[in-house]
Amino acid sequence: MSLPKEEVEKIAHLARISLNEQDIPLYTHNLSDILTLVEQMNSVDTKGITPMAHPLDATARLRADIVSESNQRELFQSIAPQTEGGLYLVPKVIE
Amino acid sequence: MHNKTIAELSKALHQREYSSVELTRHFLERIERHNAKINSFITITAETALASAQAADQRIAQGKAGPLTGIPLAHKDIFCTKGIKTSCGSKMLDNFIAPYNATVVEKCQAAGMVMLGKTNMDEFAMGSSNETSYYGPVKNPWDTQTVPGGSSGGSAATIAARLSPLATGTDTGGSIRQPAALCGITGLKPTYGLVSRYGMIAFASSLDQGGPMGHSAEDVALLLNQMAGFDQRDSTSLNHPAEDYTSHLNDSLAGLKIGLPKEFFAEGLDPEVGKVLDTAIKEFEQAGATLHEIQLPHSHLSVPTYYIIAPAECSSNLSRYDGVRFGYRCENPKDLIDLYKRSRGEAFGAEVKRRIMIGTYALSAGYYDAYYLKAQQIRRLISNDFVEAFKKVDVILGPTSPTTAFKIGEKLNDPISMYLSDINTIAANLAGIPGISIPAGFVNQRPVGLQLLGNYLNESRLLNIAHQYQQRTDWHKQTPANFV
Repeated sequence: MSLPKEEVEKIAHLARISLNEQDIPLYTHNLSDILTLVEQMNSVDTKGITPMAHPLDATARLRADIVSESNQRELFQSIAPQTEGGLYLVPKVIE
Repeated sequence: MHNKTIAELSKALHQREYSSVELTRHFLERIERHNAKINSFITITAETALASAQAADQRIAQGKAGPLTGIPLAHKDIFCTKGIKTSCGSKMLDNFIAPYNATVVEKCQAAGMVMLGKTNMDEFAMGSSNETSYYGPVKNPWDTQTVPGGSSGGSAATIAARLSPLATGTDTGGSIRQPAALCGITGLKPTYGLVSRYGMIAFASSLDQGGPMGHSAEDVALLLNQMAGFDQRDSTSLNHPAEDYTSHLNDSLAGLKIGLPKEFFAEGLDPEVGKVLDTAIKEFEQAGATLHEIQLPHSHLSVPTYYIIAPAECSSNLSRYDGVRFGYRCENPKDLIDLYKRSRGEAFGAEVKRRIMIGTYALSAGYYDAYYLKAQQIRRLISNDFVEAFKKVDVILGPTSPTTAFKIGEKLNDPISMYLSDINTIAANLAGIPGISIPAGFVNQRPVGLQLLGNYLNESRLLNIAHQYQQRTDWHKQTPANFV
């Protein structure tokens, strides 16, 4: 399978990854190769097979609705790129 | 001291032949002397190691010590360590000081173990050669022109070079077993859910599993005793009663039924590796095991299936790296989208980007059924192959990797060829069953690994079989010439 360059650019945008223009041909080539490998899956008929999402088919465990974590805002914000007054700073979103 | 087993080290510490401080100094000196040659550590925590060693010595003096108190180990840099850099081999987390400890780290600390440092790894555990690390490739101590395997290549090389007697690793598609094979050490991937994933940086959550690495099955069993156990904080943790994984090591192999899947001995297997395996198989026969040819008819689909499921899960897991709350942020973003895109574009390496993009594509509107759902259906077929096989045999044996260590750079720009080096290990992750790799010989001075796969929660049996083999052979006692 061969992906067009525009498709790779679209995927990169959806994944929120900027690619250098000069690297795009190599990504296009590599991703096409991987999708070709993956095409081998089509050699098997899987009609009626229940998809396996988890090795042990476990279901989500429930717990009592009680507070178990303490507030550690300062600790967590100490490793953030930019904060002010207890808030995370990002570029302006709404004009 | 660096050639002793964990049981011997533990005995010496308890009999006060030497202290944990002396033992820790010995390994720190070895790291200082040899690490530059193999680049197996990202962070060396000498100060905290000596403080923990001192505390361990006190515990021993007070008679409150366990079998691992005072024993040094190294953690793969995927496990969060409070107050200590946890990079996951990525520029993205180069500045990340973890605010909490992984459960595995906590459990090792509680046992009084001494952390020497954090080991190098493929970026976000995506790789089979340790070349995708932001901190440069790890070199295989047996031949520094070759790779140690990956992604737990730093842990495997650390043990092979005897810079630490034990290490932790993680295995999503073979990342404990394949480097263990290429470095000539013992590495166990437990049943999915046996070891807590809390604080273990996520790659593909339905496949990721932490496990122990060391020289021998006996050493690894001791570390597994400490690592395993139910954890409230991991939503897929198994509520399985604690076991002593050393208790069956000495059981006889008489009557053991070993399955040999013809798919693992097919085309692609280096004939010299095949010969080493044949010799090893005879050893098991002499120990009383019987051999049975079996089939895993869907195993050839494990690589394609994995390269949908793992990237799909990784594209979701790695969306948390947004340049806002922690990790790398680009300079002067012009808007929020630019902040996301450039932070991720500048800080992720090529392999991580490839996998995120494959996952994004497979999960995007219109493609979900053809890729992700299809892959999950084949995952069921692969898993069913094992269910059938374990009706006939107790354990499945084969080569861990079809070749020995390859040259650094040889496969870096050819992702498909790199992916195929995990062809024998991936199926176990898809099914969630345990597997172990043990050293079985050499081809041109490069180690060959033998893999044993067992049914769910059969870790004790796998360790028993591996231990019995190691009682009859000494491949696991070999040391690379420059690290004696």
